[in-house]
Amino acid sequence: MTARAVPARARPPAGAFGKLVKVEGKLSLRAPLGIVLGILVPVIFLVIFHAMPALNKPARGSTLTLFAEYIPVLICLSLCLIALISLPIPLVNDRQLGVLRRFSATPAPPSWLMASKVLINLAQALLAIVILLAGGAVFFGVHLPPQWAGFLLAALLAIAAMFAIGLLIAAVAPSPQVAGVLGTVLVYPLLFFAGLWVPREDLSPLWAHIGTFTPLNAAVQAMEQAMQGRFPAAEPLLVMAAYAVIFGIAAVRLFRWE
Amino acid sequence: MGTTRNARRPGPEGRPGPEGRPGPGSKSVQGAPGGPIVTVSRLRKVYGPGAGVQDVSFCVNSGEIFGIIGPNGAGKTTTVECVSGMRTPDSGVISVLGLDPRADRAAVRERVGVQLQESALPPLIKVGEVVELFASFYRQPADPAELMEALGLSSKRGTRFARLSGGLKQRLSIALALIGNPQIAILDELTTGLDPQARRDTWALIEHVRDRGVTVILVTHFMDEAERLCDRVMLIDHGTVAALDTPAALARSAGGGSYLRFVPSAPFADEVLTRLGEVTALDHAGQRIQVTGTGDLVAAVIRALEAAGVEARDVQAESATLDDAYVRLVHQELRNPGQGALRS
Repeated sequence: MTARAVPARARPPAGAFGKLVKVEGKLSLRAPLGIVLGILVPVIFLVIFHAMPALNKPARGSTLTLFAEYIPVLICLSLCLIALISLPIPLVNDRQLGVLRRFSATPAPPSWLMASKVLINLAQALLAIVILLAGGAVFFGVHLPPQWAGFLLAALLAIAAMFAIGLLIAAVAPSPQVAGVLGTVLVYPLLFFAGLWVPREDLSPLWAHIGTFTPLNAAVQAMEQAMQGRFPAAEPLLVMAAYAVIFGIAAVRLFRWE
Repeated sequence: MGTTRNARRPGPEGRPGPEGRPGPGSKSVQGAPGGPIVTVSRLRKVYGPGAGVQDVSFCVNSGEIFGIIGPNGAGKTTTVECVSGMRTPDSGVISVLGLDPRADRAAVRERVGVQLQESALPPLIKVGEVVELFASFYRQPADPAELMEALGLSSKRGTRFARLSGGLKQRLSIALALIGNPQIAILDELTTGLDPQARRDTWALIEHVRDRGVTVILVTHFMDEAERLCDRVMLIDHGTVAALDTPAALARSAGGGSYLRFVPSAPFADEVLTRLGEVTALDHAGQRIQVTGTGDLVAAVIRALEAAGVEARDVQAESATLDDAYVRLVHQELRNPGQGALRS
């Protein structure tokens, strides 16, 4: 071995992170948890809902059909499954197997592994949103959101809020099984308040009020407003931002690397 | 030789320059041929009661295979994890190629390849992918294709990690420890769980690694492995250094020579043998008698038995091995827990 001049604070070569993201992308295709949960499941819901003619009538007090009002709910279903199942479980699995430990013995920081997984799941979440909007427009005649900037902002805040919750699960779950249970337990109430089973308008005043403080209820409100052509109100946007910040900080503070 | 004394005291002169930047020929980095390349001084890293490392000092010389042996939970893995910078010591000074493994994190990782105990890879990743991925993390990596060829992994390029046999997983693990062209390779429990043939193949690989000029730190709990491969061996017990020397010297110092086991043709008084200068101990195990001693033990015992009219049957003779030294040193510790163990 010859002497080599390596600066003490040397960073891994440029391009190494890109290579890692590429490999993680391939791995996510080999175990397509995110694609099945995040894209296939909402698409199946889309087709089933369309088979119900009642959903093509205008919704109460809205310019949108009931079906169009379900598009934001289905986007939330997708985000929820990606953020709470597809994101944390493989991360906890990597930690349990010692993959994070193995990385910490190379010049690449183990945080790269988390970052690459966030990026892959982010790409899947954005793809799911595009597929649901485009599928709704092309096959079911739902107009694209006229207030597209507000819609994009609402979608990105929803992703940030849900990914922060998913990362907190990854931070505290000691095993992939526990992460799976935590994720699943959260999925149902969050989607309930998003209006997946019962329209939000049918909740009693107390529960409707509680619901406005849940991240996916806020996401659906904001996205619906954008689909009706209005810029989303401040309240749902702030609720989502608060989840992103609080859960994000908690996840970073509590994350265990081994 | 080879006690904790040769671990240099930490001092300002042992620290790298402000940049930690080694120049070519910089002595603190390269080390003189055969000189210390890793120095650990009074390392302490405690987890709970009795777990971890209490007080360990040693140095590893450039070009050697340095073995670390000891019972489970003695602190072997903790020691090498501190050397590789994966853990922060409670106290003590570690210098690796003149660098501090924690402060100079990236620079140390560039030059120290690690094979970890109980660490796996993503089950679905393919051999070729992971070798090339890890190569991209280093500034001057080995050629992935060449390295896979050298380790017999070329035909497994497209195989997923989960489908590799135990032996192939270990080879891949060695490949990943060497992919950065390291000056030091730390190999932790490399052959645990391998069949005898795979173990022997792995030993040949380790010698091959050393022949490439890489200094090897080998953690093992197999004495035959340490005896066969290591230039020097450190025995850790209860978080302290129980002994540090060449395998042969350790065997001599602790075992004190040879064993002779036999079944006597007739009973005889123990004194017939215990009064011999060569005999240090005599034990009965059923009919069988075991004599421990030094010098020309076998000839002396047979002569004495003949003189007493006793014939030795079913004779087995053995020189002391590292195994004996290990058992003795660890036992001594158990008997005198307060006193610490023998230091050579």
